[in-house]
Amino acid sequence: MNDMIKPADQDQVREAVSWALAENKTFEVRGMGSKLTLGRPLADIPVLDLSEFSGVSLYEPGELVLTAGAGTPISEIENLLSENTQRLAFEPLDMAAVLGAQPGAGTLGGVIACNLAGPRRISAGAARDHILGVKGVSGRGEAFKSGGRVVKNVTGYDMSKLMTGAYGTLGALTEITLKVLPRPQKAWTVLLMGLDDATAIKALAQAAGSSHEVSGLAHLPEDAAARSGVSYVQSAGAAVTAIRVEGPGPSVEHRVASLRNELSAFGKLEELHSHNSAMLWREIRDVQLLPADDQLWRFSVTPSKAADVAQHMRREVPGIKTMYDWAGGLIWLSMPPREDAGHEIVRAAIRDVGGHAMLIRADAKVRGQVPVFQPQAKAVADLSRRIKEALDPHGIFNSGRMVEGL
Amino acid sequence: MKMPAPDEAVLARRDELIVALQAIVPGEGVITDDMELSVYESDGLTAYRQRPMAAVLPETVDQISRILQLCGEFGCKIVPRGAGTSLSGGALPVADGIVLGLGKFNRVLEIDYDNRCAVVQPGVTNLGITNAVSSNGFYYAPDPSSQIACSIGGNVAENAGGVHCLKYGLTANNVLGVELVLMNGDVMRLGGKHLDAEGYDLLGILTGSEGLLGIITEVTVRILKSPETARALLIGFPTIEAAGECVGSVINAGIIPGGMEMMDRYAIEAAEAFCHAGYPLDVEALLIVELDGPEVEVDYLIAEVERMATECGAVNVRASTSEEERMTFWAGRKAAFPAVGRLSPDYYCMDGTIPRYQLPVVLRRIAELSEHYGLRVANVFHAGDGNLHPLILYDANNPGELEKTEEFGAEILKLCVEVGGVLTGEHGVGVEKRDLMETMFDEDDLKHQQRVKCAFDPDSILNPGKMFPVLHRCAELGRVHVHQGQHRFPDIPRF
Repeated sequence: MNDMIKPADQDQVREAVSWALAENKTFEVRGMGSKLTLGRPLADIPVLDLSEFSGVSLYEPGELVLTAGAGTPISEIENLLSENTQRLAFEPLDMAAVLGAQPGAGTLGGVIACNLAGPRRISAGAARDHILGVKGVSGRGEAFKSGGRVVKNVTGYDMSKLMTGAYGTLGALTEITLKVLPRPQKAWTVLLMGLDDATAIKALAQAAGSSHEVSGLAHLPEDAAARSGVSYVQSAGAAVTAIRVEGPGPSVEHRVASLRNELSAFGKLEELHSHNSAMLWREIRDVQLLPADDQLWRFSVTPSKAADVAQHMRREVPGIKTMYDWAGGLIWLSMPPREDAGHEIVRAAIRDVGGHAMLIRADAKVRGQVPVFQPQAKAVADLSRRIKEALDPHGIFNSGRMVEGL
Repeated sequence: MKMPAPDEAVLARRDELIVALQAIVPGEGVITDDMELSVYESDGLTAYRQRPMAAVLPETVDQISRILQLCGEFGCKIVPRGAGTSLSGGALPVADGIVLGLGKFNRVLEIDYDNRCAVVQPGVTNLGITNAVSSNGFYYAPDPSSQIACSIGGNVAENAGGVHCLKYGLTANNVLGVELVLMNGDVMRLGGKHLDAEGYDLLGILTGSEGLLGIITEVTVRILKSPETARALLIGFPTIEAAGECVGSVINAGIIPGGMEMMDRYAIEAAEAFCHAGYPLDVEALLIVELDGPEVEVDYLIAEVERMATECGAVNVRASTSEEERMTFWAGRKAAFPAVGRLSPDYYCMDGTIPRYQLPVVLRRIAELSEHYGLRVANVFHAGDGNLHPLILYDANNPGELEKTEEFGAEILKLCVEVGGVLTGEHGVGVEKRDLMETMFDEDDLKHQQRVKCAFDPDSILNPGKMFPVLHRCAELGRVHVHQGQHRFPDIPRF
């Protein structure tokens, strides 16, 4: 059992870092521990537990702003917003289904550290597009803050974005301020049935390039659709392509009708309304439609190339299953466990396409051996190292979680 | 406003530097003539001027990479410049440096409708992107009011906003990728046509970094299909409070308009006199609310907002019934700066953001300050996101009046911070707000930002004198203070 340190305020975090600097120790930064298996495994090092930084300290619905401790359960924030018909528009995915954690677990800090975003990424942006400010402690043992509590701010460097998606390697965040947005009255989904991947991506591109402000563009090949809990999708017996439309009631009805009309050349069309629509998008968001025991990769690629990338992978690796989100820009791909997780094939598949891939689920041994994150061009990797050195020169925080030595 | 003292040793090597620059950029790409250089001595913040040693207009990425390395060797500062429309002095030259103009990087390289993005060079204007894709019904959403002239490279550097950003986001939310040249000559790509970075969000830190980190040589932006229709409401209120309440009602009802702008009485009068937009002159506050989307949605929301406005005590409500009328509603707002400018020899445009509910308090304090300084102020306000633009009217020919105006402006920005807001919503810190940074950030905050700067530009060659009030050497910032045996760490709960 490794040491666990549970600071109660920012000064104690600073003291903990001072101690680590003086004693040559490093920390694993942790909230609720729901995503411990994400990224490269860390050695048995002391845990800096930030769960005491819990609670919403400011929420002003009319100002579209919320401030909470980094250790605040994300479910608490989502419930509070929901009571005020608001939401986190970036739709953070709950990684429980993927990582075998408790559903609904996870903290705001974890969502920000991993820059999680769901299907609405295509229209609303990711976590990084909604972060307004942070407070935290760097690897120098100094407190710092960035940003503010207003939605429009260009004062100084956007350190908050730099912290977002850094997997806790640049500092320990203690407080986070987010932009929140209204929850629309209605959400419906248009379904296209029986399309092959390449055709589906074309249909999604057409919907994405329409003026209908769609907020979800996913494609489920037949076996993914068959795993859905939405009976209509499950029993389709064919691939299902889904397009979500959200907004005021009359607008959603109008846009769904227009989309059905514009996409009629792609064949059979159906609609899902409120409950079923919400359930399907939750399944897509949380990657519940792929085999739970396989290794799982997440590709972020040029959307129009998605079907080619998946095709390349299927050709090289047997037993591949896929589902597409973000109009093809996001591919979730599972494969039966391999010692190398097929990482060279994965990198080759996207080499000429543009984008990156991350190994989301695999044994610790595999994650310790293969590059979990996309290897970077030398100039970018060098710059990233200089930034790590600037903020955490002694590698106190989560060092090695993303890349060895970072 | 003080700039760092010029380095005499660099100034002394001007001729040598120019010869070396000419070897990199042949022909007329190196400007040294005094008359020609005058074009570059100022940007949109015309109160400040400085002649640079030279202006260089490279045409290739390789030239830029070599210029950066050369300037690094000479210790010659570099001030990057797009269209020079910065309102915070972001492109103000330094005496011991060159201006690096990106004006020749003016081509749209690729329009990719399948992936809803455009790849452009940094010198393409903001509006130029929309113009390049409008024939297919697409547009680029961020719309700073200088969009006719300002360049996309400058937009990325400043994280430019605009009227539309309440609904569609700032530049940061609409840029997918860049090509970037660092001071060490490294050329790198960040992002691309895909979403989000594979490592640190370097694109995120670059956007809004005000030309202090690197030179952008290519930008990939998201393009959107234009909404089917847009309509605007022109709403007059007897008090600022009532207008503020209406804005709150709209947002609380879950409506995020395409644009929501407020003007105070003085701004209304100036705009109306300038372009006869039909603004009511018997109100204290005017709100323009634009709704965009499918017609059925727009009509529905227009009716909703109209109802809320009436409930909040609006005395004057008009909904546009034609595209022409909508444009007329906007004409006054869009011309507000020049309109106010007509009332005075000079005006100074401020740019703070406040929590929106503080608006009545802030406007009251500004009115008091206006009386105290004896300078008139007109206020225009991006009401949805709390971004306030007070325009201070002054006459630079009156001795001491510019200084008094600056002082007044600083008081307004300090007030914004005091009520929970920030120094700048969209214009950037530049030289203008540099010395106010300490009202928002403490020394450690600023040092952490400067350490990031050191990772990009360790010798502080790029755009010095901007953003940071105190310049620390990177070596000094790099030291870690280890407090051996001094930690009170055992007090922290351990498990």
